[in-house]
Amino acid sequence: MAATAEQLQALARIEKSPGYWQTVGRRLMRDPVAVGAGIIILILLSLAIFAPWIAPHDPYHGRMLGRLSPIGTPGHPLGTDELGRDMLSRLIYGGRLSLFMGITPVFIAFFVGSAIGVAAGYIGGTFNSIVMRTLDVLFAFPSVLLAIALSGALGAGIVNGLIALTVVFIPPIARIAESVTTSVRKLEYVEAARASGANAFTVVRVHVLGNVLGPIFVYATSLISVSMILAAGLSFLGLGVRPPEPEWGLMLNTLRNAIYVQPWLAALPGVMIFLTSISFNLLSDGLRSAMDIKT
Amino acid sequence: MLIYTARRILYTLPIMLGVALVCFALVHISPGDPLVSVLPPDASEELRLRMMQIYGFDRSYVEQFLIWLGRALQGDLGNSIATGRPVAAEVWGAVGNTLMLAVVATIIGFTLGCLFGFVAGYFRDTWIDKLASFISVIGVSVPHYWLGMVLVIIFSVQLNWLPATGAGPGGSSAWVWDWEHVRHLILPAVTMSVIPMGIVARTVRALVADILSQEFVSGLRAKGLLDRGVLAHVIKNAAPTALAVMGLQLGYLLGGSILIETVFSWPGTGFLLGQAIFQRDLPLLQGTILVLALFFVVLNLLVDVVQTALDPRVQRS
Repeated sequence: MAATAEQLQALARIEKSPGYWQTVGRRLMRDPVAVGAGIIILILLSLAIFAPWIAPHDPYHGRMLGRLSPIGTPGHPLGTDELGRDMLSRLIYGGRLSLFMGITPVFIAFFVGSAIGVAAGYIGGTFNSIVMRTLDVLFAFPSVLLAIALSGALGAGIVNGLIALTVVFIPPIARIAESVTTSVRKLEYVEAARASGANAFTVVRVHVLGNVLGPIFVYATSLISVSMILAAGLSFLGLGVRPPEPEWGLMLNTLRNAIYVQPWLAALPGVMIFLTSISFNLLSDGLRSAMDIKT
Repeated sequence: MLIYTARRILYTLPIMLGVALVCFALVHISPGDPLVSVLPPDASEELRLRMMQIYGFDRSYVEQFLIWLGRALQGDLGNSIATGRPVAAEVWGAVGNTLMLAVVATIIGFTLGCLFGFVAGYFRDTWIDKLASFISVIGVSVPHYWLGMVLVIIFSVQLNWLPATGAGPGGSSAWVWDWEHVRHLILPAVTMSVIPMGIVARTVRALVADILSQEFVSGLRAKGLLDRGVLAHVIKNAAPTALAVMGLQLGYLLGGSILIETVFSWPGTGFLLGQAIFQRDLPLLQGTILVLALFFVVLNLLVDVVQTALDPRVQRS
């Protein structure tokens, strides 16, 4: 008897197919571009997190005599900025605020937008119409314009920038969540679950979220790329982060006057924004094909 | 078709009202006294109250909104707090310059995007596809304001071929079709075209790949149709969607031109917005955003109607 039980267990182990996320993970690991992009993102994140231990200089400390030293200056491998502060250190520290400002709005919008979309899709009827028509109004603004209008009206600052970007990203996420939820709600197995007495909370948790989270997650990762460009753009306009904080968009702004003196030095912060944004885009593309999402 | 168009227009009206409401609300979510930039710091309480009456800030929000909306419908967007000139005149002066820039950028972006997208979709999963797709990813990932700076560094600072800022010689802001003005247009238009280039390329690639994998294409090939003939069918099927994407991109560029206009000091609506924000000129901010957003809504409407006219399948779905 004991032997049979062991055999059954062995059989069960063999037949256990890998789960959905495992399959996705395995497919993703086979995609060299996505893996490369993921590694770059990890490096950028670690540089930001461990900045105090990695950066060679104090990012706030400038020397009036050593302003705008060229790339390759001894002691300052990437030169110094318009106030004589070490560029390498400021680029490393800059990742902290830039990545925070780029990722946080998408992160918040992911939860708020999904909640709104799932609620609208699941409850349906008049509630759905009211919610979706309200979101249509926000859709009527081009995203850059809405972000700048809101943060322009609210005034400069990190929190106001975050609020403006979050408001911009909620409608598109909510719209996807709503359309997936509406189509899932009509499926027979969901109706069967409801008929067999599952309450709304259980149906949403088990059946709806399982279908909704994948597409939104992929979409959200691609939004981070947009969000990084927009967040740095707000600071570039003088609306987001304020001096003397190191932030890539703001650095690009303050170095703009130096393009005739040290042109390539002035362009450096943009390289960081570009690198982050393209890495998130490539990772998102890899994730999309690994998860086999069409839209 | 007529009924569809009428329904679509009717559906747009409440959205326009909503857009107006958001623009109106912008002034009221902004912190601080809206009169702070007009009044001298030592203004008496009496003067402050009189100014509040003149600008209508002493009435209820509903009244203020209705009055503002009524005036806006007649083309009166109030006066700029900073300059005292009518907002409508300022915005109209700038819209032309932005439109110029955005249209040229859309044409460049659409042409290149179609080319890259078509090649990528046609040679799907080959190195040509990978290269063309990589270019389009760069297009959607590059911070365009930085790209503008880099182009200025290369073509103005290093090579000294093209002017770095402005829309014409001597800071002139009126557009004329001559070589000096075109020279000023090249860098900002190319910078701006990168975004629609990437998006159009991605869309067209997906469309072409999808159409080529459909049965009717195999049918055409089996019938003995040459590649050129098949191509005509692909273009005919992809055109309505590609054109719709182009229309929307033009709208996004019109509304999102502020960053590029700031880099190149281009005297358009984006530049105006920048001024309005930094001088805390709220009527100007409100008016510019209202005009740009309404432009976008109308453009959306046009795109929908034209797309339905070109491709009746859209209406049925």
